[in-house]
Amino acid sequence: MTDNLYITSYATITDNTIYGNGDAVFENRDTDTAEFLLSAYQFLEVKYPKFYKMDGLSKLGLLASEVLLKGHPFAERYKENEMGIVLTNANASLDADIKYFEGAKTVASPALFVYTLPNIVIGEISIKNKFKGENAFFVFEQFDAAFVHQYVAYLLNNNILQACICGWVDLLQENYKAVLFLVEKSENNISVPFTPDNMNNIYQFNKI
Amino acid sequence: MNNVFVVADNITSPIGYTAAQNFEQVVKGNSGVKQHDDADRSPSPFYASLFSKDQFIANDNHTKFEQLLIASVADALKSCDVNATDKKTVLIISTTKGNISMLETAGDDPGLADRIALHTSAKIVAENFGFVNQPLIVSHACISGLVALITGLRLLQTGQYENAVVVGADVITRFVLSGFQSFQAISAAPCKPFDATRDGINLGEGAGTVILSSNPKYAGNIKLAGGSISNDANHISGPSKTGEELFYAIDAALKNAGLSPGEIDFISAHGTATAYNDEMEAKAINLAGMQNIPVNSLKGYYGHTLGASGLIEAIIAIHSLKQNTIIPTKGFNALGVTQPINVAALLVQTNLTNCLKTASGFGGCNAAIILTK
Repeated sequence: MTDNLYITSYATITDNTIYGNGDAVFENRDTDTAEFLLSAYQFLEVKYPKFYKMDGLSKLGLLASEVLLKGHPFAERYKENEMGIVLTNANASLDADIKYFEGAKTVASPALFVYTLPNIVIGEISIKNKFKGENAFFVFEQFDAAFVHQYVAYLLNNNILQACICGWVDLLQENYKAVLFLVEKSENNISVPFTPDNMNNIYQFNKI
Repeated sequence: MNNVFVVADNITSPIGYTAAQNFEQVVKGNSGVKQHDDADRSPSPFYASLFSKDQFIANDNHTKFEQLLIASVADALKSCDVNATDKKTVLIISTTKGNISMLETAGDDPGLADRIALHTSAKIVAENFGFVNQPLIVSHACISGLVALITGLRLLQTGQYENAVVVGADVITRFVLSGFQSFQAISAAPCKPFDATRDGINLGEGAGTVILSSNPKYAGNIKLAGGSISNDANHISGPSKTGEELFYAIDAALKNAGLSPGEIDFISAHGTATAYNDEMEAKAINLAGMQNIPVNSLKGYYGHTLGASGLIEAIIAIHSLKQNTIIPTKGFNALGVTQPINVAALLVQTNLTNCLKTASGFGGCNAAIILTK
């Protein structure tokens, strides 16, 4: 029923470790979430000062997208509106909500309020990489590979997008996990077919 | 792909509890927006469209947000033969802030994160009606309602489900109001979309439900004919300077529906009445070559109902198509955007076949849908 679609890159951030295509690229034990994300930003040499003003969810998603897209010639390969982002999580923007709410007891901050929406992480990744195509944020209690697969496959199979970042980005205080997939129509030397099983295996760190 | 039809709808707002009541009120020019002096929400008086304090009171089982969802879905289901318990039916919920007021009322409760979670509310609402499939939840800023409709459209087009009950709601709490106040985005008076003297938004509470079906027996109904979403990739809290990306979404939605810009009879815009949003929309409408097509904003009747706005405004557009009536833009007097657009200032009765509905929001997101008769 569908064209062949491939996961051409994937990135995971969990338990104070960053993995690119399954290989650990950075680890920093014995730090809290905020310190860990800052040390990862420095290690990855992202050099993007907007990072400092972001909330935790956006920092987590942006760092995962940096690992995911590293060295990828997407800007040459695709037009801006051929690239999109579909993300999911369990806690929406609750981490930023609590920070805004606590701060607003004295003075309400627009800089914090803007992050009280989960799709802002999509906006931040889009701004950095000039992704202007379809984007959507869905909330699930647990990662739902089948839903993300069918939604993203629809976008690529109908030529609404040519490339899509999709997956899970969740952060609430000291609990966080990001697993992002880059889905394209052509294979590369590390790609695996874009299927719910492969997504689940990558999400759960099973061998694929 | 399957065609997707509108089977039933509901608007639950401060001006009515059914879509028909709401349409009657906006035809009469009645608005839910008024001044409130409510220390629980704001230290200073503000204009908004709010339920009175004795409507949708939270109880042990359901928060105000969940009661709004349930009231809206119940009324829509009542007026059609779509079965919530059918395994071919899916529930899709749209909201920006859901139960966020619980931070204010239950901040010390250790189970707060679970109770506040949108998937908890979704489960409660799904169980209330006996939906058997896992409910889907869209939380995508001010375009959430249109993203939920587009998600329903696609799930039905491909045959994944036959029916989708798409519902959106948001409640205006101190949390939300203080945030928009901190942005200096709230007007000190009833809002004036696209007007030369516009100075910001009013917020509003409400819920809206659209029941969609691909069952050919509904082929005579209004059709959800297309939809598209884009991102500005420019700024997280300010819209595009050019309107190009909203134009992408409009253009893609038209192509998805197989229509040309000239075939659209009226546009239901986002029209929040902020300086930047309305200007950006005027640019996008011009890029699409649609500057002579009547365009309205309904924010003067409902305020900005956030995750419900796309649904409530699409439902008014559906009834406009059925009644061949374009609703005027309440609060508009003199054009205040730099690009020429044809803002509907008076109620017009004329043959209507195709409508474009748009929305834009924080995070640089834009969405467009096409409704046809």
